[in-house]
Amino acid sequence: MTKKSFREAINEALSQEMERCPDVVIIGEDVAGGEGGSSGVEDAFGGVMGVTKGLLPRFGRDRVIDTPISESAIMGMAAGAAMTGLRPVAELMFSDFLGVCFDQIYNQAAKFRYMFGGHARTPLVVRSMIGAGFSAAAQHSQSPYSIFTHVPGLKVVIPSNAYDAKGLLAQAIRDDDPVVFFEHKMLYEMIDEVPDESYVIPFGEANFVREGDDVTIVAFARMVHIAAEAADILEKDGISVDLIDPRTTSPLDEESILESVGRTGRLVVVDEGNPRCGLATDIAALVAEKAFHSLKAPIRMVTAPHTPVPFAPILEAAYIPSAAKVLAAVREICA
Amino acid sequence: MQLSRNILSDAYLRMQRIRTFEERIILEFSSGEIPGFMHVYLGQEASGVGTCMHLSDEDYIGSTHRGHGHCIAKGSELKAMMAELYGKADGLCRGKGGSMHIADLSKGMLGANAIVGGSPPLVIGAALTAKTRKSGKVAVAFTGDGASNQGTVFEAMNMAVVLKLPAIFIIENNGFGEGTSATYACGTQDLAARAAAFGMPGQSVDGTDFFAVYEAVGEAVERARAGGGPSTIETRCPRFTGHFVGDPQLYRSKEELAALRRDGDPIALFRRRVTEAGLFDATDFDALDLSVAAEVEDAVQFAREAPVPDEAELLADVYISYR
Repeated sequence: MTKKSFREAINEALSQEMERCPDVVIIGEDVAGGEGGSSGVEDAFGGVMGVTKGLLPRFGRDRVIDTPISESAIMGMAAGAAMTGLRPVAELMFSDFLGVCFDQIYNQAAKFRYMFGGHARTPLVVRSMIGAGFSAAAQHSQSPYSIFTHVPGLKVVIPSNAYDAKGLLAQAIRDDDPVVFFEHKMLYEMIDEVPDESYVIPFGEANFVREGDDVTIVAFARMVHIAAEAADILEKDGISVDLIDPRTTSPLDEESILESVGRTGRLVVVDEGNPRCGLATDIAALVAEKAFHSLKAPIRMVTAPHTPVPFAPILEAAYIPSAAKVLAAVREICA
Repeated sequence: MQLSRNILSDAYLRMQRIRTFEERIILEFSSGEIPGFMHVYLGQEASGVGTCMHLSDEDYIGSTHRGHGHCIAKGSELKAMMAELYGKADGLCRGKGGSMHIADLSKGMLGANAIVGGSPPLVIGAALTAKTRKSGKVAVAFTGDGASNQGTVFEAMNMAVVLKLPAIFIIENNGFGEGTSATYACGTQDLAARAAAFGMPGQSVDGTDFFAVYEAVGEAVERARAGGGPSTIETRCPRFTGHFVGDPQLYRSKEELAALRRDGDPIALFRRRVTEAGLFDATDFDALDLSVAAEVEDAVQFAREAPVPDEAELLADVYISYR
């Protein structure tokens, strides 16, 4: 067991899975970088955030494939390669870029299995960054995971820490269905104890981040840490929080959420995505439909507002759900 | 070009299977036996067959919404195809794909595609598999004049050149994207030149001439198998029918339509050429026609009698396993 960053954990999962299976290839823009440049430096980028650094020298250009900036061709090529026997890990650099390639993911890869009568197998992983916090503004900061969660045929993974990231990515690569794997860009430096050896974390199994009796908080990705910060403060006030990180939104561990609300009678969902038709509304609807009689208070949702992500740091900070907002929501329903 | 009797017979059978199959489904669709939307390939037979004659079951093709012809050219069974169009459990896709999503992965047929321009990015993925595994296989993207204006097609072409993939793009220019003429919708009428601008060989051939298609695709397939990268071939074909079965075709004249069939029927042209060369006579062709007619009749009977999908199929095969 060693301390590793979220970035290193993902890199290690990629590297171990590439070693394990020769069909795993990495496809994306600047996943290595340096092709055709004048410096002669290979692996000049290793991914825009350095996540795939070091894979090129180990596995070569046939398996670490730099592409033109052509997201539709990247996603389509990866889907077609997956359908014909490879296990591609394709990088959609920023999830905001889904707008230029969504067809190849949601109309093609996601539907092969069903529309071809169960004959297709599409072991595709799409890795993509989410999240605000870098002042990267409206087109490089969104968290559009609910759009992917909506699509039958896709599995959606949203890790919140390095340990989970490694195990969930290994599972995603070994999975025979298409998986979209989201990495929150504010988490890359976060350090955890991460085993050196390879391991997998099954999908559809929530992580109980902390256990409590008074209120259930369901949170994703970076919001798990915001919720934990709020829970620390609430504990001093005598309010104990049951904090659940579902880790995957498709499949979703409904049972754990319902079981928790059954005990606490209160639910707050914390989601960095926009509020309409989002993960927060999805989980609120689940609880309203299946655990209504357990509820002692109204469900509260703490989400980003119904706006694009702004640029100015002060506005961006107001956009992102904060511990203060979580505290206010919990106090209101625990009063 | 000298082709063996076996090849000529095989090519004719495949073209005539497409023709007979589709003329029959127009009837069955119009009488309400076949549900959904229906786009037929009549007039374009030489393009699909001239291409697929060079491919084995291990080579890949990706198709369009007008995909029955490609499926038949690639060797799919007519019974399972017909049952699929009927929405039956014994169909190629268990009745869950239908005309616009028919696929036969066992034959390397990666699917019709109801998204115009949807297939080429997928096909270069199949080509990437072939390149990565050094299998010597090739992947062919069938696409049309309409799709040739889609960015996905340009992206796939450029990517195929950059990664030197064993991919072949067949742009079947049938003159119309739905009801809008390619002379209006395409900024150039030389669609092969667009492909060439990405840095690959591109040529246009007469898509009613089986032999022209066969020769051009043969060179492209050979180049791709040898590691020489992608090519594009524009096949200029007539579309005998409307965009969909039932399209009144208000956008073109009756004279134009009559001329298409009179002058540009790839099967009639094939028969004439092979007969004139003294390789086959009319009775040889008539015998093949009879066997195809029987095959199509069997397919219709099979489809009619096949069971409908069990209702549990609704929820099946969304995932391999959902956990």
